[in-house]
Order: sequence, then C-alpha cells, then structure tokens
Amino acid sequence: MTVNAMTSKEVTNKVFNKEALFILDVRNESDFQDWKIEGENFEYLNIPYFELLDGVEGIIGKIPTDKEVLVVCAKEGSSVMVAEMLSDAGLTVSYLKGGMKAWSEHLEPVKVGDLKDGGEIYQFVRIGKGCLSYMVVSNGEAAIIDSTRMTDVYLEFAESIGAKITHVFDTHLHADHISGGRVIAEKTGATYWLPPKDATEVTFNYQPLEDGNDVEIGNVKINIHALYSPGHTIGSTSFIVDEKFLLSGDILFIDSIGRPDLAGLAQDWVGDLRESLYKRYRELSEDLVVLPAHFMIIEELNEDGSVAEKLGTLYSKNHGLNIEDEAEFRRMVTENLPPQPNSYQEIRETNMGKINPDDEKQREMEIGPNRCAVR
Amino acid sequence: MEKINVNVTLDAKGLACPMPIVKTKKAMNQLESGQVLEVQATDKGSKADIKAWAESTGHQYLGTLEEGEVLKHYLRKSSSDETIERKHPNVINNDELETKLNANENIVVLDVRETAEYAFNHIPNAISIPLGELENRLNELSKEDNIFVICRTGSRSDLASQKLAEKGFTNVINVVPGMSEWTGKTVSLNN
Repeated sequence: MTVNAMTSKEVTNKVFNKEALFILDVRNESDFQDWKIEGENFEYLNIPYFELLDGVEGIIGKIPTDKEVLVVCAKEGSSVMVAEMLSDAGLTVSYLKGGMKAWSEHLEPVKVGDLKDGGEIYQFVRIGKGCLSYMVVSNGEAAIIDSTRMTDVYLEFAESIGAKITHVFDTHLHADHISGGRVIAEKTGATYWLPPKDATEVTFNYQPLEDGNDVEIGNVKINIHALYSPGHTIGSTSFIVDEKFLLSGDILFIDSIGRPDLAGLAQDWVGDLRESLYKRYRELSEDLVVLPAHFMIIEELNEDGSVAEKLGTLYSKNHGLNIEDEAEFRRMVTENLPPQPNSYQEIRETNMGKINPDDEKQREMEIGPNRCAVR
Repeated sequence: MEKINVNVTLDAKGLACPMPIVKTKKAMNQLESGQVLEVQATDKGSKADIKAWAESTGHQYLGTLEEGEVLKHYLRKSSSDETIERKHPNVINNDELETKLNANENIVVLDVRETAEYAFNHIPNAISIPLGELENRLNELSKEDNIFVICRTGSRSDLASQKLAEKGFTNVINVVPGMSEWTGKTVSLNN
C-alpha cells in the first residue's frame, strides 16, 4: 500500500483553519519536547521510530481511525518507514514531506492590509518557527523587512506580483534565525538597511538606519518611518508604515514582550526596553496595527493566519505592557527567562557576516523554536 | 589520543535516518554481551537517536567522536554482569576511593573496562587494562602497589581483583559500585 505525502503548506492550512489532525511524531523524545508542530486542534503521540523497528502492533490501538493521521520525523525517512508499516497494518496515514526540516522552512504569505494609495502589506508566516517577515508593496516596488534565509520565497513572490525589491531592512541583529537580508539585497541590487548600533561588528556594507529616517517605496510614496526602540538589542528599530502599521521587531509581540538578554547584556538593556515600551510606544497612536517579528504560541494567530493586533488592544491585554512597578518589570525580564534559542551565538555571528556556514549547517543551527520573548 | 578497541565497526556513512539505527540494531544483535560496537555515520541526527535508542534498549552508549564529517558512536552491548555474586573480599566504596585520591595517597587505580568505556569517562591517571587483557598484561603492574580496581558496576573489577590476588598481588581492593555512580573528577576524550 502506498502512503500519502502531506506538504507543509497543507499542514499550515490545517493550523489556520483549526482543523483536527492526529500527529504521530517519531523523533526522539527530547527533540519532540523541544519543538513540535503546533495546532489548536492537533493531538499528539510521540513514539521514537527506533522503538518501532520490530513492528507497530504495540501502538495500533493508540492511533485513531476517525481522524486524519500524520507521521512526522526530522527529515522524512523514518516517517515514511513508520507510515508504511501502519499502512500495511490497514491504517490510512500520511507522512510530512521533508519532515520537520521542511516545516521549519515553510513560509506562508498572508495579506495583512491595504495601503492608502493602492499598495499592500504582506506578512510571511514562518509557521514552524514563529518568525514573521514582511513585504510592503507599492506601485511596482517592494520593501522586505526581517526576511528569513529562504530568500527565493520573497524573490518569487515579488516577481509573481510584478514588484521589484528596492529596499531590505532588518529591525535588529537577529539571534534566533539567519537573516536573508544581505542575500536579497545582493541578488536584487536593493539597499540593505541595518541599525548601526547592532551592526558595529558586521563585515559587509550596509545603509545605516537611524531614528527618523524615512524611506519611500514606489511612486505613491509609501512611507516607512524608522523609530529607535532599543531593548531587545541596543539597535532595535521599529517601523511605522503608511502611518497605519507598526512593525515592532522583537520589542513587542502580541502576547509577550522582547527579552533583553541574548547579547549577554540583560541588565544594561532592560531600562531601554522599558523606555521603548512604556514611553516611546505610548506616544504613538493606539490605532496602529502592531506587526511583530515573531509569534510564540499558536493562539496568537488570527482567523486568517496573520499575527496582528491594534496597539491600543495590546496596551490593555498584553501583560508585559502593564507592569507599573519598574523593579518588578526588571525582575520579569531578567529572571525566569526561557532557554536561549539554539545556536544563538553562531546565528548572531552569521548575521554579522563573521562566519559563513553552508546551507545544511544553517538549517541545523535554526532547528527548534525561536524563544525571543518573555511573558 | 588513547586507542579505542572495538569488536565490530559498522559503516553507516552516507545513510539517512532511519538506516543508521536499523543497521546498528542488526549489528548489535550479532554481538556478544559486553562487546563494543563503533558506528560510523554522517547523519547528524544519529547522535541523539543512538543515545536515546541505547537508553531505551538497555545498551550502554559510551560516547561520540567527531572526525570531520564523520561521527563515530561507541556502544557496548548490555551485559548481565550486575547479577554476578562478588567474591573478592577487599572492597571499598566510591566515596572512600575519592577521599584517598583527594589526599594524594600513593595508590594505583586500575580501570578494567573496555578501552572505549575508559576513553569517554575515567578517573585521572587511572591505568586502563580491560579485563580480557589483564592476564597477558600483569607485567604492567607491580605486586607491591596498592591497587584499586574499578569498572562500571563492580563485577568485572571483582573478577579482575580475584585474578590479581591469584597471581600474587597482595594489596588489591575492588571499588564498588564503580564508574556508573562515580561523582569525582573524570577525564574524557571529548574535553
């Protein structure tokens, strides 16, 4: 009997549509505990493939027959083996094409809004890792913000809508994923903007992004306004696009706020973080739609799969924005921090251009969740 | 670098998951209890999986060496040596040995585990002579020394202690339980 391959895109649609799915994850227990496919109506069973080499009889009873079943492993091979065994035993199951490796790399573009003079803004949801990047399009030109290393996705998407990429931005020096910004800029001739305070050690040329910089995209002058908002990193910069959207980078998320410790300077940066969140952002319009660079939990996704919320709503609902006492705020963001992202130092060095790992190594460095927030 | 002797070497280079483990399992079935297998693989995921597989099956995962692109995993087939009744009369526990080592007493620690076990975790300055080679290597030890014999759980070291006593070594003490619960200083090939 053959088994079906399910693509990351199909699984993404099930996440967005809150469909039910039974996931048999055959990776080892620690990998599963560290990071898995998240869906509101997904159920899980984790049995490592190496415990199933002699047969699947022992687990048949644990697998539902009234639900779609997806077998998942790291790269696909083991899930195919287990799926075939289950299929031979009479079950109808699928395996995840490309495994968690493909899941980690899948980007789903979601339109988050229209701009005043005919442009659009798209959010690229990296569903497996929680990274969010953006494309602002206006009159045949496009800007990309916080791109992932899957640069072909942006290039192909821009081509499909007939836009030329002219500007590429990173809100900060990322520690959880490898930026595709420099590669996109090289391939398209676009300008690559970085906050200079985060870029003191980079080995390549870039355009320094300073507070108050305005960059225009397309003839109709879609305005990208840079707002210095340190805290997650010393250079962290937010963007206000078209006076409507606030791209908050890793400073403010929907259900959490940025962590200040990934460069080892938590105590120094916590004051900046408070200043950015409690003063600078406070002065902005509450009607701005916050578009962060990450989501942490699947509940942060809206009905259409986008991750976006009005700033005013976050000021009433996000716990991290509602801690009156400064000492308590300091404690929250410097103590009880989640584990640091896997390979975060190597990722920072890659983003500075100091090391140049090959594709396979880059993939390996990024495995796992992003962990850029504190709640 | 210490030499690691193995009973069987398995080439799983270039194979993707699940094949390194499938082959390891087959190779392990052919081994006798206590024998050591070296698995050469290039799949980076094989390290965590072999370790987890060994834990779930009761085999001993000894460690992994990285040589360029190749990962060399060392495993020892589970043995029932825990059940053997110990016969050598002179015994001390781990803590007592640690105290002697910390006091810099003039003693010899003889590690009779396989070289692969020794390589990844042993007491500094311990002499490595696997139980199976002991009879032929007695000349490397002196009969007057205070010899503390250690293995993983105290069983192989018991057999080794008996052997040494039989051959006229007078100050031989078996360390129990041994390296499986050793909390003092150790040296490993990996650090």
